[in-house]
Amino acid sequence: MNFLTLPEFDRHALPAIWLTLELASLTTALLLLIATPIAWWLSRSKSGWRGPIAAVVALPLVLPPTVLGFYLLVALGPNGPIGQFTQAMGWGTLSFTFAGLLLGSVIYSMPFAVQPILHAFEAIGERPMEVAATLRARPIDAFFTVALPLARPGFITAAILSFAHTIGEFGVVLMIGGNIPDKTRVISTQIYGHVEAMEYAQAHWLAGGMLVFAFTVLLGLSLMNRKNTRVMT
Amino acid sequence: MPSGLKSLILMLGLVVGNSAAWAAEVSVAVASNFTAPMQKIARAFEQDTGHKALLAFGATGGFYAQIKNGAPFQVLLAADKETPVRLEKEGLSVVGSRFTYATGKLVLWSKQPGLVDDKGAVLRRGGFDKLALANPKLAPYGAAAMATMTKLGLLAQLQPRFVEGVNIGQAYLFVASENATLGFVALSQVYADGRLTQGSAWIVPAIFHAPIQQDAVLLKTGKDSVAATALMAYLQGEKAHAIIRAYGYDL
Repeated sequence: MNFLTLPEFDRHALPAIWLTLELASLTTALLLLIATPIAWWLSRSKSGWRGPIAAVVALPLVLPPTVLGFYLLVALGPNGPIGQFTQAMGWGTLSFTFAGLLLGSVIYSMPFAVQPILHAFEAIGERPMEVAATLRARPIDAFFTVALPLARPGFITAAILSFAHTIGEFGVVLMIGGNIPDKTRVISTQIYGHVEAMEYAQAHWLAGGMLVFAFTVLLGLSLMNRKNTRVMT
Repeated sequence: MPSGLKSLILMLGLVVGNSAAWAAEVSVAVASNFTAPMQKIARAFEQDTGHKALLAFGATGGFYAQIKNGAPFQVLLAADKETPVRLEKEGLSVVGSRFTYATGKLVLWSKQPGLVDDKGAVLRRGGFDKLALANPKLAPYGAAAMATMTKLGLLAQLQPRFVEGVNIGQAYLFVASENATLGFVALSQVYADGRLTQGSAWIVPAIFHAPIQQDAVLLKTGKDSVAATALMAYLQGEKAHAIIRAYGYDL
């Protein structure tokens, strides 16, 4: 067996690729909705809860994904708090479902959405919002017409990072996924399966693709950031 | 201090020092299903020989990839026969060292008492949501589970309910956490001291699948290791055999 020969592309990989893109897109969309109020609150709040909430949001940066996955599995199970809630609502349990993966991904990628948006909001400072207030804009209007447009680069970075980070998610999916085709089998778990089954040729296609994807994303991000700084100066 | 006692202490020191010099370490890659018995065997091995066995647990296929790429294991306790044979063919293990250390038993298990009957009729009856098994491509117990369901003529009917663990340890976790109502696991995971530890189970008769022969092999890296050779011998001894049987394996 040669570790370096590249065979023909394996068509069985397509459902996993599609599912991964679907998961990452939905996660990104949900995260932009959830992370924006959290980041705004963190950037403006003087409450004593600010520190603890900021720490909770950042937890997935530090915790091994297996810890998140293990606790999610326990929480989603029939005896866990989330599992009890979803059963009471008549949805059954979320483990081994696409909805469960989506929930896991949102938690797992949360800091990658919150941090860039938070930094963007902090960079705006109080001044533009005060000016808007003196022009008699209501706070909610000022938020949509002043803060959001000014924080645009932060949102773009948040979207790209959330998307890319979800594509690379592995430990959480491994724990709560169950490797079900078209539902929970994503690229990263498929690569793992190929490697364990000694199908290195198929693993290469997907693993190489991921490498190129990650490099392109990071390169694009750094080019974009340079352009943004140039515009600002 | 009387001189007699002094010399006794000195002698003891020499003896202890000596045996410490002889005690060595061996790194062992162990298939997940053999986790519990191997921990027990390693303790007994250390007590009896003074050698220390450092254990790593995981999927056999994963260990194969690691060994091929220079992982520093000296002994592999695989979950199958094929992987050790392959390592031998590829010159990565010591020829003639391979032997079957245990024959695994497959069990259909649920945490709920009374759910699984002793004929496995629950599979036909249904009334459960998820059925856990180890990935049949990666784990011999997963393959045996597939063979069993095929033989029962229930594969197509049950397949939509499958949730797969990457190894038998994960399949067990899915059932133990009740995320799956029932699942095919290794008897060793739910069996201790000659009986079921909890829930209900059907011990799948051997006629339903090919025997799950688990082979051990001495890797090239362990060729000159005293501890590795000692462990290979110890696994075939009476004490190890008693432990292996107590966990529901055949020999």
